[in-house]
Amino acid sequence: MTVDRDLQAAIAVTRLGLGARAGEIAAAKADPQGWLSAQIRESGADQPSPGGPGAAKRFGEFRDYQMQRRDAKQDGDAKSDAVKALARDLRDEAGADFLDRARLATNTDAGFRERWALFWANHFTVSAAKPAAAGLIGPFEREAIRPHVFGRFEDILAASSRHPAMLIYLDQARSIGPDSMASAFQARSGKHAGLNENLAREIMELHTVGVDGGYTQADVTEFARAMTGWSIGLPNDVLDRAGQFVFRPRAHEPGARTILGIRYGDDGAGQARAVMRDLAANPHTARHLSTKIARHFVADDPPASLVARLERSWLGSDGRLDVVARTLISAPETWEPAAVKFKTPYDFLVSSWRAAGTVPDDITAIAPIMTAMGQKPFSAPSPKGWAEETGVWCAPDAVIKRMDWSEAFAARAIGDRDPAQLAREALGARLSPLASKTIARAETRAEGLSILLMSPEFQRR
Amino acid sequence: MTSSHLSRRHVLMGALGLGITVEFMATRALADSEGARASRRFVVIICRGGLDGLSLSPPVGDRAYAGLRGAIALPGFGQAGGALELDETFGLHPAMEATHALALKGEARIAPAVATPDRERSHFEAQDVLESGAAVVYGTSSGWLNRALTAMGPAGAVKAISMGPTAPLILRGPIEAASWSPGGGAQIDHRLPGILADLYAGDPLLGPALASGMATQAMARIAQSDVNRADAAKADAPADPAGMTGAGTRGTALNARAGRPLARKLGATLASFMTQPGGQHVAAVSIDGFDSHANQLGLINTRLTYVDAFIDGLSSGLGDAWSNTVVVMATEFGRTAHANGTGGTDHGTASTALVLGGAIKKGGIIGDWPTLAAAKLFENRDTAPTLDMRGLFKGVLRDHMGVERAALDTVVFPGSANVAPTAGLIA
Repeated sequence: MTVDRDLQAAIAVTRLGLGARAGEIAAAKADPQGWLSAQIRESGADQPSPGGPGAAKRFGEFRDYQMQRRDAKQDGDAKSDAVKALARDLRDEAGADFLDRARLATNTDAGFRERWALFWANHFTVSAAKPAAAGLIGPFEREAIRPHVFGRFEDILAASSRHPAMLIYLDQARSIGPDSMASAFQARSGKHAGLNENLAREIMELHTVGVDGGYTQADVTEFARAMTGWSIGLPNDVLDRAGQFVFRPRAHEPGARTILGIRYGDDGAGQARAVMRDLAANPHTARHLSTKIARHFVADDPPASLVARLERSWLGSDGRLDVVARTLISAPETWEPAAVKFKTPYDFLVSSWRAAGTVPDDITAIAPIMTAMGQKPFSAPSPKGWAEETGVWCAPDAVIKRMDWSEAFAARAIGDRDPAQLAREALGARLSPLASKTIARAETRAEGLSILLMSPEFQRR
Repeated sequence: MTSSHLSRRHVLMGALGLGITVEFMATRALADSEGARASRRFVVIICRGGLDGLSLSPPVGDRAYAGLRGAIALPGFGQAGGALELDETFGLHPAMEATHALALKGEARIAPAVATPDRERSHFEAQDVLESGAAVVYGTSSGWLNRALTAMGPAGAVKAISMGPTAPLILRGPIEAASWSPGGGAQIDHRLPGILADLYAGDPLLGPALASGMATQAMARIAQSDVNRADAAKADAPADPAGMTGAGTRGTALNARAGRPLARKLGATLASFMTQPGGQHVAAVSIDGFDSHANQLGLINTRLTYVDAFIDGLSSGLGDAWSNTVVVMATEFGRTAHANGTGGTDHGTASTALVLGGAIKKGGIIGDWPTLAAAKLFENRDTAPTLDMRGLFKGVLRDHMGVERAALDTVVFPGSANVAPTAGLIA
């Protein structure tokens, strides 16, 4: 490797991690790759709010809110104070989840571990763009994503697909087999209920084989039929599974299914599970995910050699995510000196907090600026998640919003510290002579910090 | 490279060879067309998530409509909550009041069975094809509207803007487009923008982005005072400058759940940008949240209310310039003709595009209506496409913005020589 150790340390902390806190680049210098790989652990990622409420509790709260709202509507007062208070509680809980996550990102010594977790949370996006899912996103990340990010891909796929957050977000919970007993029952009472293919499609298109994965509309529909019955326990569940995954045999479409040329016998919940196993092992999935990892960590248009390296690692390890993470760390392409990834708004804020040594403590201060920069908390615009491309985030309006925020933040955060010193700590060998000189010439300390945050090298990673 | 630019020069050179009179005429003709073109305006509104065309322009007169749609069918003309009549077959969704008023004046038409060349029913693939203008996904990494700018004249001759905090693919490319969303407070008199401009001198991304952003901030200040003045003149709208800085945007697109006044204000703000001296004459607006897999009645009503208010703000804000304006509203794909099991619709194929503006030609529906008869549905589930979306855009670009066919076929929509521009859209 030709890149010198100082630059390697800066790249490890800022490109693969979440940006440098004071002293962090120096700590990574002895062994930048080792500093990263030491963060990989079998137990998965850190938990933002350990012991926080699970999906079942949040699901119950949302159901209560819906009931109360319905009752209030019947009483002619849909916006009663009680209903409004419930809605506020739900919003506050989701906001607290996001704040906990932002605080973890700001405080952690294992920035790579957290970036890796965020990558998977975004890959299996659940978005508050659907209000019913908002309170479930925190539990979703805690229960379905974070424990599995260094395990087998098949396990994280299964965990995310059966989590109530995903079942609600992509409309699976109410999908009913057209020839199932439940469908016949509904028809007798004059209701039409049936298939919803949303989750089945996105599992294939986004989560596994990808849009070039060789499947057809017929495969999507067959998979959707196989998935019927995957649902959520209601409050009156006799087995006490309220708000948890349940398989409803009576909603399941009977019969064998054929997906991507493979026949799956009807064994209830196991049918869709078997399809997922095969999708996880499909070589298209290895290619799709390898490309996506390389794109997230290294470059919008990643080197083919890096994608090939990750793909070999994926196939050779049967999709062991810890193995793939180690391959990413040891790949020479990862250490390319030029930084070409433009930070997303969340990356930008987290790295700013880390550089300035402040910890966010108020969601009502974070949410508006995240929204203005195009990344409303927990609200990715679609199941595809947040975009990776520089062109999306580097729009003129977004740059203005970053500048405004930097100016206001720096004024509050700088205190009596030296911005030149903060710049050296934040960027190490990545700090350019021009930025360094510009910061040194700043009129005030606060101006110096805002120049650091807006410098081309800080905006990129 | 601008092929129309080249060929204009070609015309002039040929005219020189034929004598001074012809050259004079050619120059005059050129000056006239440039003068006219300089006043023309073009707005593309992208509805993301797959807008249900059968809700936007319900074919309540189609015999199969009510049966396919069941509980989510809209009532017929004149009934409570019913469609607003366009002709014996089609209406507009009841939330589209302002748009319907335009239609009655011949300033809004529907293309009820339009689709991109993509048939995969994937949001992301279809949006990519819709915005890149390529025949296949990932065919190109720039947007067709950006490449059309290069065909409208030398760089900078026609400026463009996107509304929203992030840059949509349709306007990404070689020409730097402005972008704007509410909430910016950058002060021109602060030191930081000047310092950063120097720091970004060698940065191919941040340099142009900052310069464009600052120029747009200056225009936005004028726009906001325009809008507030107009509001103050209207009894029914609050003169609320704070409304501009509220939660106007969500995610990557404008927030369709925001209320009608805010949407109207955003439309009026865009109109002000487009009418200021040196303003942008081409704009892209993206509105998300149309993916209606479940309980779609309320969802679509909310979003179309927003769309209609935006169109209302834009058309009234443009004033006299509306007569030189064309707006096309499109989506990546339509939805299934039949309702699904959860009160919604799944990903489909053809949908409705709206063509609006004072510059359009009066007329009925654009393209053929395949009907919803069982035998006519695409793959037994979707409205069948009868019109290629690229033809619709090509028709507007050729007849309204003066982009030549050769550029449309090769540069703007590569490999689309077999897709004819839709004729008869422009008065």
